[in-house]
Amino acid sequence: MSVRAPESIDCDIHPAVPGLQALLPYLDDHWRETIVQRGMHEFSSIAYPENAPITARPDFRVNGGKAGTDLDQLRDQALDRFGSRLAICNCLYGVQLLFSEDMAAGFARAVNDYMAREWLDREPRLRASIVVPVQNPEMAADEIERCAKDRRFVQVLMLVMGDMPLGRRIYWPIYAAAERHGLPIGIHAGSGYRHPVTGVGWPSYYTEDYAAQAVAFQSQLTSLICEGVFSKFPELKVVLMESGFTWLPAHLWRLTKYWRGLRTEIPWTDVAPIEIVRRNVRFTLQPIDAPPGDTFARILDHIGCDELLLFSTDYPHWQFDGDAALPEALPGDLVRKIMIENPQQTYPRLLKEAVR
Amino acid sequence: MNVQVAVREAGQQAVAQAIADCDIHPYPKSPKALYPFLERRWQRHLETYGLRTRQGYESGPAYPKGQPEAARRDAFPPGGGKPGSDLDFMRKQHLDPNHVALGILNPLRSGQGLQNGDFAHAYCRAVNDWQVAEWTGKEPRLKASVLVHYEDGPGAAAEIERRAGDANFAQVLLLSRTAEPLGQRRYWPIYAAAERANLPVGVHAFGYGGYPVTGAGWPSYYIEEMVGHSQCCQSLLTSMVIEGVFEHFPRLRVVLIEAGFAWLPALKWRLDKIWGRLRDETPHLKRPPSEYIREQVWITTQPVEEPEPRKHLLDTIEWIGWDRLLFATDYPHWDFDDPARALPLPFTDAQHRRVFLDNARTVYGLAG
Amino acid sequence: MSKHVVAPVRELPPGSRKLVQVDGRPIVIFNVGGEFFALLNRCPHQGGNLCEGKLIGLVESSEPGVYRYSRHGEILRCPWHGWEFDVRTGKSWCGPERIRTKTYEVGIEPGQNLVEGPYRAETFAVTLEEEYVVLEV
Repeated sequence: MSVRAPESIDCDIHPAVPGLQALLPYLDDHWRETIVQRGMHEFSSIAYPENAPITARPDFRVNGGKAGTDLDQLRDQALDRFGSRLAICNCLYGVQLLFSEDMAAGFARAVNDYMAREWLDREPRLRASIVVPVQNPEMAADEIERCAKDRRFVQVLMLVMGDMPLGRRIYWPIYAAAERHGLPIGIHAGSGYRHPVTGVGWPSYYTEDYAAQAVAFQSQLTSLICEGVFSKFPELKVVLMESGFTWLPAHLWRLTKYWRGLRTEIPWTDVAPIEIVRRNVRFTLQPIDAPPGDTFARILDHIGCDELLLFSTDYPHWQFDGDAALPEALPGDLVRKIMIENPQQTYPRLLKEAVR
Repeated sequence: MNVQVAVREAGQQAVAQAIADCDIHPYPKSPKALYPFLERRWQRHLETYGLRTRQGYESGPAYPKGQPEAARRDAFPPGGGKPGSDLDFMRKQHLDPNHVALGILNPLRSGQGLQNGDFAHAYCRAVNDWQVAEWTGKEPRLKASVLVHYEDGPGAAAEIERRAGDANFAQVLLLSRTAEPLGQRRYWPIYAAAERANLPVGVHAFGYGGYPVTGAGWPSYYIEEMVGHSQCCQSLLTSMVIEGVFEHFPRLRVVLIEAGFAWLPALKWRLDKIWGRLRDETPHLKRPPSEYIREQVWITTQPVEEPEPRKHLLDTIEWIGWDRLLFATDYPHWDFDDPARALPLPFTDAQHRRVFLDNARTVYGLAG
Repeated sequence: MSKHVVAPVRELPPGSRKLVQVDGRPIVIFNVGGEFFALLNRCPHQGGNLCEGKLIGLVESSEPGVYRYSRHGEILRCPWHGWEFDVRTGKSWCGPERIRTKTYEVGIEPGQNLVEGPYRAETFAVTLEEEYVVLEV
């Protein structure tokens, strides 16, 4: 469905760091020198092999460069094409894969400063997620404090697979800092590759790796709910990005069933999982893992809530052809909710702007 | 949509009709119950070193169960022994009142996944012999599973060949959490042997592959492990499809056991989409993933998902296929599904028969 | 509503329970610290026999890591899926407004004004001093 809703908000686009060289002006002396002294390679994650089809739609590829590195193309193909008033940049340059906490923190700082200067300063419609060194949650909280001063940072970015399930208390300094500043936690597809990407071992194919992302989101949603993250941080919002969402109803049916019998193990989870999701969890639209026809509508009916979906193009990833970012024949008020109201309600910093 | 011939009251159907239960867990009466089937060398080994899998406790799991022995509290036989260890009590409490005409035995904690591969082979052989001697040989309604040390593909194939043609056995049994995802080539000798023997391969939740039970690390709680069987099953099924197990073994039937079923449609849709986009990575696949699943994969109902309203499950079953579902209770475990109450849906007669009996007879080759 | 004699009080000491059939309905009666409660013996979830369930306390929590335990022995956990029911009200601890097992009034009546029940009055030597557990169904 080709939709241009004025004032729509694209909640997941991927401007890219062209390379380590681009970060040099934003690194302190020690890390700048480290890149050269140690012959460091690019932080290119195998989650998105550069020439793989999903990584960039053919017409979104940049001549002679990495997809997502050309601002003019991004303006034309992501912002103008869909009439988006705002778009949230989730930079996937792989600092989360490093093992050294200090190195990760140094490069996360550089990526955030790079995004602010080279993208946000140049295009007023862009907003960004704060890349954090998840390897050390206290240092990640420090980076949140630092970047939160710039109100164009509207979210904290984490990857769906890391060292530990994201509900675990070890990560709570990150959630405390985010809640304090009214910043949602945006969990995006991609792994830190600390473990096999499935609970049953390492797969052989990239196809399986990409399929595994949706499965990991299910595990993480379970973790967030069962660990009581939203009991501890009731105002915290979590956005699952590039996660798919058609798995959600079946997952909640299962989780709720077990919660009813095993509540005593996690007594702080004192409302049903669907209530927690309604209050605290959102999903970006792409990819829509459903066949054409009435499946999308049936799934929304199963979910029973129209506030969960946030419009996204996932630019430049190849999730749809042409302008078909939305399913066919959606009612107008649902389109409005997905493209405008739900994102505004989720990102307080965007809502404040709209009010102003 | 099928025309509803009769909308039955929940509670009336299973009382009147015979059913298949595709997941029953027998248990040895005592640690020594397997000794008649286990060489002395392995009896001594068991007594000295125990059963060592890829997890740390000698006895009991690091995710303690929700109920003792993970069982219904009323399933402890009055005469003593663990739940599932007393055939007479199983008859009285479950097989008879629930009209179980066909029960598939899936023994757990049975030597699969042991670190010591030789011991695993011996123990699995012993459990296979024990199933015949103590269960299927005494109770014609029950069928056994061929347990194998799946981490040794050729060795496992040999055990399958040993049991092929023996009508006591209805399927080969694997566990879900293995050293590599189950689609990988090291497991293909198992599929080859099962296909040759015309035995379905059942994959049951649990096992310890040696990795964290999610791709994101180890969760804290038992409830997360239990919910997580759905995720593990999605990953192993993805592996089987994408690696080409179904393309390579077109007559192979796979039964997914005790991971629920409502997650299957969304997985199929996602796999079709990704396969379509990344087709050049998997030239060995000639058809969309959902087609392989539609034709060669069956799935048990337990633990049944519980939407409100329950009738959402009718959409789910339409998306999966009425011929794919296999009713199971998981007796004697605590998340047992009661045949009269677990699926309170307005089935037609034909739908009910398929889910509760005929699909099982078809997949296990016992139709008629 | 009618009253049914179900057992002499002495057959139901504190900590014990009794399963009875009244008008074709299986009902389990508990003596919790001298107080009597009776529930329909069928879990509203999938029909598990509540008489086989354990009586536990109530664990609540104000935040993750905090476990506050109270009401020892007043929560009945279904022997199957572990659903928790408050023996006083039948309310379930997950969605109390929606899921509830049926409760019945239980009182103790002196020997004289009794309606015939599963225990026929003549079965027990009735004295004026003796007390019966009487069920109102």
